[in-house]
Amino acid sequence: MGLNINDIRNQFPVLHQEVNGKPLVYLDNAATTHKPQSVIDALSNYYQKDNSNIHRGAHTLAARATDYFEKTRLMIQQFTNAREPEEIIFTKGTTESINLVASTFGRKYVQSGDEIIISALEHHSNIVPWQMLCEEKGAVLKIIPINDKGELLLEEYDKLLSPRTKLVSVVHVSNALGTVNPVNYIIKKAHEVGAKVLLDGAQSSSHLTIDVQQLDCDFFAFSAHKIYGPTGLGVLYGKREVLEAMPPYMGGGEMIKEVTFEKTTYNDIPFKFEAGTPNIADVIAFQKALEFVNGLGKANMVAHENEILRYADEKLRTINGYLPVGEAKEKVSILSFLIQGMHPFDVGMMLDAGGIAVRTGHHCTQPLMNRFQIEGTVRASFSVYNTEEEVDILYQSLHKIAKLKNK
Amino acid sequence: MTDTREIQDEIIDEFSILGDDKESTIYYIMEIGNKLPPFPENERTDENIIKGCQSKVWLTTKFENNRVIYLADSNTDITKGLISLLIRVLSHRTPKEILDTELYFIDRIGMSGIIGSQRSNGLASMIKQMKLFALAYQQSQLNV
Repeated sequence: MGLNINDIRNQFPVLHQEVNGKPLVYLDNAATTHKPQSVIDALSNYYQKDNSNIHRGAHTLAARATDYFEKTRLMIQQFTNAREPEEIIFTKGTTESINLVASTFGRKYVQSGDEIIISALEHHSNIVPWQMLCEEKGAVLKIIPINDKGELLLEEYDKLLSPRTKLVSVVHVSNALGTVNPVNYIIKKAHEVGAKVLLDGAQSSSHLTIDVQQLDCDFFAFSAHKIYGPTGLGVLYGKREVLEAMPPYMGGGEMIKEVTFEKTTYNDIPFKFEAGTPNIADVIAFQKALEFVNGLGKANMVAHENEILRYADEKLRTINGYLPVGEAKEKVSILSFLIQGMHPFDVGMMLDAGGIAVRTGHHCTQPLMNRFQIEGTVRASFSVYNTEEEVDILYQSLHKIAKLKNK
Repeated sequence: MTDTREIQDEIIDEFSILGDDKESTIYYIMEIGNKLPPFPENERTDENIIKGCQSKVWLTTKFENNRVIYLADSNTDITKGLISLLIRVLSHRTPKEILDTELYFIDRIGMSGIIGSQRSNGLASMIKQMKLFALAYQQSQLNV
């Protein structure tokens, strides 16, 4: 089924504006996607009609807010194909989801001399928490290297695995290059040595169909705001048996069963990991984002995004001075590139002057940029509401910009 | 020598020809950036770097006849352009003149967005550093 992109665009008020006197061309979707009207309405509706603190409330509004809140959990269970809703934990974003695992699973199971494996493609949020943990525990952080196309070297990964490997934490889709990693293989091999696997799904959650049971990953982390939902909301999926064995994350309300000054017993999952009043409004509004995705069909969205990516890739390559960074065979939605002789920041500022929003810099992946011996790239990232006409505008602007230094 | 207000007004006039067109403004600034005098290679050291998130600025000074002379460079053309405008306003002036200067031209040529986003640009830190150099020279004179 082909999607009607115009109808889709009409659901996103933010897209219909001029920036610097030009129609906005928003190509920074890997940083965050825009929100459909239904999500925006749900946020204000919640505060206008339902606002109440959830769980244990003895009144109607609290019960209603609780029902809506827990409905999102069920929808995320379906979205990820988790076995049970209790395996879905609300956090404030992918970063917190990863830090939660580092602080709880990591603190309990990683000891001196143990090993954690990440990859050369990781975002800082999937590097720094493990560095902190390794420093605290005297554990060793190992890195799966990549080839010049930005693909993981699996034979090197095989060599890194050992009985001391406690966790493999890798990005599902690279935020800087768009590479789709062969996570099925990575997970299978990690399990063979008894290691658990965390997938950073910040990018993949919006561009691939996610089935945590099929993947058999132990943890899957993602953010709502990259899938048309509100900011400040993330998800950590974890297998029940793994989550149950983990110590709590933060202490406070909600996460307890019983508190005395002598001893506190902890609540069951998922509440054990959800201390304090959660981000109720955003959790509830996220339903509308998931409905938006379900309504269009993930497969249809991916097909459209891939079409746009292919079109943009072919078109931009014809520009004199265009240097693609990251040319993995399997990739989605992201084009990272340089213009010969120009700093990415200058390119980004000039595109912005033409109403085109891209991201420039290291994309929070400095080690990856170092691997390519560059400071950063220009990154155009696509979403379901982007069109070929927008790619044409990008092409025309870039063509003009590149000419400045590539005569 | 004309005062810093006159120079700033001159710059504002030059940019006013470009109107509100951000694209022409950016291209013009980059063009100016390309004309920035070469930076002495022996001064291109880590100590002289003012680091923003994306653009790097190298800044050094000379102090001659009670006047501060600024030498600077950047890895991005837009920052270089803005630097050259700052140098045009502030260089070869007394520490007092520099410290008394209120830089209003940046806003008026529509570049406050670039200067404002400190994380993406070392330029805001550069203005601060230029003034700190002036302050240091002023202090050292008082201490003589």
